[in-house]
Amino acid sequence: MSIEWYIVLSSLLFAVGAMGILIRRSPVVILLCLELMLNAGNLALVAFSRMVGNQQGQVFAVVVMVVAACEVVVGLGLIVALFRRKLPLDVDELRELRG
Amino acid sequence: MEEVPFFIAALGALGGAIGVVAMRNPFYSVLALIVHLFSLAVLFLLLSSAFVAAAQVVVYAGAVMVLYVFVVAYVGSGEESAWNPIPGQRLLAPLLGIAIFTELAIAVLASSLLALGTDGPEVGAGFGDPAAIGKLLLEKFLVPFEASSILLLLAAVGAIVLASRRDGGTSELEPVPGGASGAGSPGTPRDSEPGDPVPGARPATSEGVSA
Repeated sequence: MSIEWYIVLSSLLFAVGAMGILIRRSPVVILLCLELMLNAGNLALVAFSRMVGNQQGQVFAVVVMVVAACEVVVGLGLIVALFRRKLPLDVDELRELRG
Repeated sequence: MEEVPFFIAALGALGGAIGVVAMRNPFYSVLALIVHLFSLAVLFLLLSSAFVAAAQVVVYAGAVMVLYVFVVAYVGSGEESAWNPIPGQRLLAPLLGIAIFTELAIAVLASSLLALGTDGPEVGAGFGDPAAIGKLLLEKFLVPFEASSILLLLAAVGAIVLASRRDGGTSELEPVPGGASGAGSPGTPRDSEPGDPVPGARPATSEGVSA
């Protein structure tokens, strides 16, 4: 299986995640789509590390996983805080910071 | 015979990703993401990186997805309205997705990386197993490893501060009726706004602990 297939799949997954962020309005689903994009990046990292025959890309993928976990924890904390304040869970209505 | 598991896993990953975007109920989106993550773990195994695959299953499908499921169950899986704030958004977004995909594919495949068309070099049995990755993490990448652990600690503290129960001046829309911790004065001068979570959170966390 040549590496090209993995790279094409990774860019396809990234595009699907980006499309989801543009389409969906629920903050939870937007976080899920962010996960999709990060995982597509991870797949590309691991595929390139296999292509070079070097394990450092896999270490990078593990660090990306850690960063994704942090982002999820903070994002879900924000969503719970929004829910507690009885604010609408819809990114089109949360537009106070819009310039 | 590497093609069959690759295409099965690729179909699973792609179907899961499309399911995340297309499902109207956030709970089903979370379940679709779990399918996606397991398929990606299979792909990582095919790329002979066992440790990343195991971490994917344990960290993502085990821990992060449980967090998602709890939050979706807590917040309630309200379905989105079909109201379309930007005209043509649902039409333009897939076009932009296709544009991103074409761009990425051209950028990578048209590059002169000769090894892209090959299966990659022959690697030994120890490639990507936990021993090799752990040796790299603790010897060559010790500083990024420690930095990521500090980042995890900061994220945990930040999530507790953000999601802690706070009663004083919760929202200007509708005050929370009778908070659980019973802080006497709802109109405390320190109005905690969404913009500055840290100063407002100081008294709130102590209340949350005592409650």
